[in-house]
Amino acid sequence: MTDDAQPVVELKNVTKSYKSGKTEVRALRGISLTIPAQRFTMLVAPSGSGKSTLLNLIGCIDTPTSGVVNVAGETIANFSDRALADFRAQKIGFIFQGFSLIPVLSVYENVEYPLMLTRVPAVARRRATLAMLEAVGLSEQKARRPNELSGGQKQRVAIARALVKHPEIVLADEPTANLDSETGASIVALMRRMQSQSKTTFIFATHDPHLISQADRLVAMRDGELIQEPAHV
Amino acid sequence: MFKIAFRNVFRNTRRSGTTVLTNAVGAAALLVFAAYALYDVYVLQTVTVQRGGHLTVYAKGFFDFGSGDPAVWGIADYASVVSVVSEDPVLRSLTAVVTPVQFLGGIAENPENSGSRTFFATGFVPADQARMQRWNEYGVGEGLENTALDSEDTSRGVIGLGFARYLGLCETLHLADCPKPPESRPQRGNGEVASLPTQDFSALAEPGASASSTPHIDLMAATSGGAPNIVALNVGRVEKQGSREMDDGYVVMNLKLAQQLVYGRGERRVTGIILQLRRSEDVEKARARLGRLFKDRHLNLEVRDFREINAYYGQTENFFRSMFSFIAILIGIVVLFTVSNTMSMNVMERIDEIGTTRALGVRRGKIRAQFLLEGSILGILGASLGVLLAFAAAAAVNHSGLSWTPPGDAHAIPLKLYLLGASATIVAVWLMLILAATFAAFVPANRAARLPIVDALRHV
Repeated sequence: MTDDAQPVVELKNVTKSYKSGKTEVRALRGISLTIPAQRFTMLVAPSGSGKSTLLNLIGCIDTPTSGVVNVAGETIANFSDRALADFRAQKIGFIFQGFSLIPVLSVYENVEYPLMLTRVPAVARRRATLAMLEAVGLSEQKARRPNELSGGQKQRVAIARALVKHPEIVLADEPTANLDSETGASIVALMRRMQSQSKTTFIFATHDPHLISQADRLVAMRDGELIQEPAHV
Repeated sequence: MFKIAFRNVFRNTRRSGTTVLTNAVGAAALLVFAAYALYDVYVLQTVTVQRGGHLTVYAKGFFDFGSGDPAVWGIADYASVVSVVSEDPVLRSLTAVVTPVQFLGGIAENPENSGSRTFFATGFVPADQARMQRWNEYGVGEGLENTALDSEDTSRGVIGLGFARYLGLCETLHLADCPKPPESRPQRGNGEVASLPTQDFSALAEPGASASSTPHIDLMAATSGGAPNIVALNVGRVEKQGSREMDDGYVVMNLKLAQQLVYGRGERRVTGIILQLRRSEDVEKARARLGRLFKDRHLNLEVRDFREINAYYGQTENFFRSMFSFIAILIGIVVLFTVSNTMSMNVMERIDEIGTTRALGVRRGKIRAQFLLEGSILGILGASLGVLLAFAAAAAVNHSGLSWTPPGDAHAIPLKLYLLGASATIVAVWLMLILAATFAAFVPANRAARLPIVDALRHV
């Protein structure tokens, strides 16, 4: 696959440092990177190499120590906390390693939740939620609470929640880490299918070989730095 | 947001239940006390208003300077003042009774055994007094002991039990709880005084006044002109009074007899004109109207309300008010700490969830509002349950048959909790607890809202 798509993420000489006790940890050291739209991009690195930190910056839930982060055409440093929250609600979907579903909401309500944040009218919200549950194969379980679901089902709910608002970018941090290999494979297949339907940009932080095999593009990291030019699969 | 907050409250049922129950017990305790205090104040007000009305008109200056010499400070031509008040259209709609009254003091003697004692007396128009004693605005007047004068016999009166004891009337009147004096009681004076003949005031009394077969006492007082005067009072009834000081000198008599004693054959005046209103809330309105009437007619009169006349009433109200405030503060502190602790635990347990929702695009303000709402839901549930508990407690007490003796009274009456009358207090306590619970959630809510998203997501 060629890399002629418009970049949806641009990082210019981004550094990120934080204090861990009295020690300053330099998690990212001058990262410059562009990520094209509508691709399956994998950040691949051993644990502690800074891939989650990089994902957090792209997801606008953290700010760089220095450098510029542009996401979906916007420079996130220009945003207030409130504007950033609205930006995330509109443009970015998240899939977490631990699923992070809201336990007091049903499957349906969890998927509907992002649409409520963006004030989608009730009728459109219901239609979109049901369609997304249908797409991830959870129509029958829509009334259940997260604690009544298997790990694979929970991650399907998380995928549906991330995609229901048609975001520009979906960020997934180790989405298969808490799943057995068979379930993980089915989740990867589902995400691949959803991506091809929605043309959404998926960016993963992972070291799951099966997931890596699905990548359109690989970004390898070590010790907070890119160790090679982005590879196209 | 409300749906999520409500479900979160019941996520840890035991913890939330304990918090709600603590708040409920606090609210119920506060309301039960308020209901008790209100009932007590209503009983006290009913007793006070039945005996002395809401407003009393005096000659100007009497209240501050004349109470020691009521005979001199009488209202001349009081009948015209009574008619001015009674016929005023505004006051007529407000008042239940308008009646003249005479206060006096003097020395009483029992001619049968030479016992004597100072007294303080009130002279009423018996029919008006009977009407005043029917005042029962708050429905708490049943069972209250009332003084009943005899309209037919102007010489018949009522005295206190202690007064009867001093005058040696216990045996004659067959009074219970009325001990005889010890045989070895000290005797007054030296032999010269003791050798003087026993004084008998009855010779000074109006002819025929002591003809009744009921026991009588002689009441002596100075007239408004300064001359000594004496009347015979037939003791129609003995009533124990709430305070010993009052009981030992209590006399209530017919107004005509009181005027006869104070004014003799001179112009009959009265010390005051009592106005008993239909509703206590009209006191200021009636007072203002009286002031205008007296000013327009150039009458040199002043008006005092029952709170001014009976300092004890205001002190009791203030005592209950300060007790209520004190208990409210204590319960407010308990609610603050309980809800704050529960909400802090909730935040600690949901840090990951807070990070997730923030990542999904929830603003800080909404996170804060969410936890404040949860705190207020705990407050609403606790306060509402507290109101129900208070009503249950009030129903139980009101049907328990318990009795008590109100302050200033000598007789026990049924113990009631007047919760229905405390509707404003119920609303105030309900709102106060909800506000306290919401306020208690503020610090945890703020902490939740300010959590860095990345740290929250990393939290295990």
